[in-house]
Amino acid sequence: MKTIKNIGLVIFLIGLGIFTALPLIGTFSLSQLDFDQLVLDNRIKSELFISAVEQGVVGKQFEGMQSLSPVVANALDEANTQHRKNKEYKKVIYIKSHDMAAMMGKRAGTGFIAENKGLMWFLTFGLGILGALLYILPNVVLLGKKGIKNDGIYLENATNRGWIAWMVFVFLVSFYLLLYFRPQFAVNWTYLVDPISMNISGNMAGHWFVYGFMYCVVMTVMAVRMYIKYRHNVYQMVRTTSVLFFQIVFAFLIPEIMVRLQMPYYDFKNAFPLDYDFFFQWNLRSLIDSGGIGLFILVWGTVLTLVIVPVMVYFFGKRWYCSWVCGCGGLAETLGDPYRQHSSKTLFSWKVERWLVHGVLVFAVGMTLMTLYSFFSETGTVLGIKTASVQNTYSLLIGSIFAGVIGTGFYPIFGNRVWCRFGCPLAAYLGFVQRFKSRFRITTNGGQCISCGNCSTYCEQGIDVRAYAQKGENIIRSSCVGCGICSAVCPRGVLKLENGPEKGRINPTEILLGNDVDLMHLVNDK
Amino acid sequence: METIVIIGNGISGVTAARHIRKLSDKRIIIISAESEYFFSRTALMYVYMGHMKFEHTQPYENWFWKKNRIELVHGYVTEVDHKKKQLLLKDKDTVAYDKLIIATGSKPNRFGWPGQDLKGVQGLYSKQELEQLEKDAPDKKTCNRAVIVGGGLIGIELAEMLRSRDIPVTFLVRESSFWNGVLPEGESQMINEHIREHHIDLRLSTNLVEILADENGRARAVVTDTGDTIECNLVGLTAGVTPNVDFLKGSGIELGRGVKVNQFLETNIHDIYGIGDCAEQHEAIGNRRPIEAVWYTGRMMGETVAQTICGNKIAYKPGHWFNSAKFLDIEYQTYGWVFSDNGRKDYEEHFHWRHPKEKICITISYHKQSKIFLGINTFGIRMRHEIFDQWLTEERSVDHVMEYLKDANFDPEFYAKYEGAIVKSYNQQFGTTIQPKKKSWKRIFIKA
Repeated sequence: MKTIKNIGLVIFLIGLGIFTALPLIGTFSLSQLDFDQLVLDNRIKSELFISAVEQGVVGKQFEGMQSLSPVVANALDEANTQHRKNKEYKKVIYIKSHDMAAMMGKRAGTGFIAENKGLMWFLTFGLGILGALLYILPNVVLLGKKGIKNDGIYLENATNRGWIAWMVFVFLVSFYLLLYFRPQFAVNWTYLVDPISMNISGNMAGHWFVYGFMYCVVMTVMAVRMYIKYRHNVYQMVRTTSVLFFQIVFAFLIPEIMVRLQMPYYDFKNAFPLDYDFFFQWNLRSLIDSGGIGLFILVWGTVLTLVIVPVMVYFFGKRWYCSWVCGCGGLAETLGDPYRQHSSKTLFSWKVERWLVHGVLVFAVGMTLMTLYSFFSETGTVLGIKTASVQNTYSLLIGSIFAGVIGTGFYPIFGNRVWCRFGCPLAAYLGFVQRFKSRFRITTNGGQCISCGNCSTYCEQGIDVRAYAQKGENIIRSSCVGCGICSAVCPRGVLKLENGPEKGRINPTEILLGNDVDLMHLVNDK
Repeated sequence: METIVIIGNGISGVTAARHIRKLSDKRIIIISAESEYFFSRTALMYVYMGHMKFEHTQPYENWFWKKNRIELVHGYVTEVDHKKKQLLLKDKDTVAYDKLIIATGSKPNRFGWPGQDLKGVQGLYSKQELEQLEKDAPDKKTCNRAVIVGGGLIGIELAEMLRSRDIPVTFLVRESSFWNGVLPEGESQMINEHIREHHIDLRLSTNLVEILADENGRARAVVTDTGDTIECNLVGLTAGVTPNVDFLKGSGIELGRGVKVNQFLETNIHDIYGIGDCAEQHEAIGNRRPIEAVWYTGRMMGETVAQTICGNKIAYKPGHWFNSAKFLDIEYQTYGWVFSDNGRKDYEEHFHWRHPKEKICITISYHKQSKIFLGINTFGIRMRHEIFDQWLTEERSVDHVMEYLKDANFDPEFYAKYEGAIVKSYNQQFGTTIQPKKKSWKRIFIKA
């Protein structure tokens, strides 16, 4: 069994190695025909740029995106500088040089990778999936009898912030930086999934399709790991299935199919303000312009945030969204599960958390109010501040860096819910409802707690669960996403996630159940 | 300002300190030789198993003590001088007190076995013993086999710990079945099976005779009374614990096995109190033992003595007995009294149910004549403390317990439910026709 695991690991690393090498290899050769089409599609009016590309790029061969990309960037820069100087503003090209390079690269790919998409898919995704499953499946036997299997988590390099964890950290951060800020290097990856994309949406794959597909693959494989690890715990099994379903069907398939049907791309479960650009001008216009379905989405998105989300939190706690439906939560609960113990439990982190997460919420709501004001009054500024620059700042700082680079990249070091805990404005909003008006609580079972600390250690949201349990108090915290792991790892059966009457949900006690009844009344009822 | 000194920073001492601080402005000093800060002893096993780091066993952050003006002294008390009202520490310092709380806990039993003081022989109680284990049994290369002597809760924990690092374990148990001085036969048998499922070499009805030394004075084998000599590198002595009160001999404080205390947790000497594992009641309370080495009783005595010290003199009156443990993968909870076959009262009758396949079972004890519910043991099913506490207080009948059993279930959501099968089996056995009532939030949260 151990041998199978090791073989799996080697296969996985080969797949990962090829995948990692792809951004820097491959041959690109742009034909005149393709370029003409590109100029046409993007309504490029700069003859300077067109001639520069025709001279420097078209018909030539480039080895690796790193040789093509600077030529394109140069041509674009020089053309734009010249046009600005000549005040020919209509000729200025507003497409970013990275995106331009990505567009050209996508059309210009030739050679082995572009011509053997299926084989390359197998050598990357295929080997990765196969290797990972070979590594994971033997655990059915190796983990022994069903039960909590956390042996060695703090003794192993990968899960105890050792060098493997730091390598994973560097890999994930680099991956997200590339994805958000240098998409031209993802061109080779897009070839791997072109056939799949063609089948679903009828279009060639872009780098966001790669990401969406990869997201689903990673979640599925790591969900298998969850099923094996928590096979004694039905709550975890059901929850993992739910979150996997919503990712694959709602976040991945439905939006792509909608595109095929000439409808707007929309993830029906992605609620504002997590979906921060829902009320952006371009989105509102595009929805309004798409007729009936657009209007439906507009109404649905608004009702989802204002009615459905809070009502569901009232009945079930914010877990129904954060750990049963949400995509970010889904990745955290599958890929991130091995790292959940790294969230900081200090009071200091809690203070930071409250400032940050509520700060982001204020930022998101403020930005949206500005956006709506701008939209309806048709001005570009509010109180002298440019709406667009506020939106760009949010997209960059919160949407890309916080949610992506930090949110996932930091898994191996700071735990799997960094974004959900410190950054997600939707989580902050749901948190208010959960804290002040909800039937959800984690019930503490009388006086059974022995203060061992398993619950706190494995709380991904950094809640010091033990601090409540050892006082006999129920856990009512706005940040709790109801993953249920505290209850699972408790060796004494002290914690239970449940929905019940609001009355008595918060139950401060001084003397715990089990002591002298008179003393309990004397002290607790005071 | 009155100075309260507490010897021992375990759950009893720390609970007392916390409650005294809540109730008063007195100066509080805690003295401990074991660790700088309070940690949860029950979690030591998880540190060795790699579930947690030692820092995770500390329920309070390090700033907590200063913020709450609880002074921590790292030292070993060698003598209590109650006439001068002062303590002498090993480094010759003295600490003066107005009121003294002794909360020094336990130490592992050693019954005078030959070789019990060899290197590689240890108990599992203190932080130091955990560190020793890490040295002597870091992996299966250094430790080819371990022998554990004593079939109680710490013994099975130590076995689980060593198995987590694939170290072969032989488990010597004096009784004919694991922990059958406490558990009824059916449950004890089930745990035997489970221990063996974990590839632990369980030897029942077997006693330690001698531990043999190698040329370096390290344990190399144990000899049992069944005539076997078992080669090993580590011997775990886990045959219970005894109060850690040797330093009090000759102090004038009355000692039995522990510090003798009355119902108010007072010793024979004014202003000196004894709480937790080291305290021995003059007379046992109810069915409880005079010395209770249990986590929550330590906490409750701390809660109680704090009241007394702060002017609200109150007797230690623990409520209904409860407890819990985990045997490898099987969780165990108990509420009220269910006695083993040895200790069973003549009025006590049992109903036992075991799942046909899973390691899940319950035993309910009730009064033979009156049918009043006396207690429940549950394995693999979590139950609500509050509900059973209430039923015990209200002296409900066993039929009532069966009828409302669903209210008491505390398993996580979506878990398979067994109340139907349990009640069915009960009906068959006793010819009753009880229909289990649906779970009711109203009844569950009636006290809220």
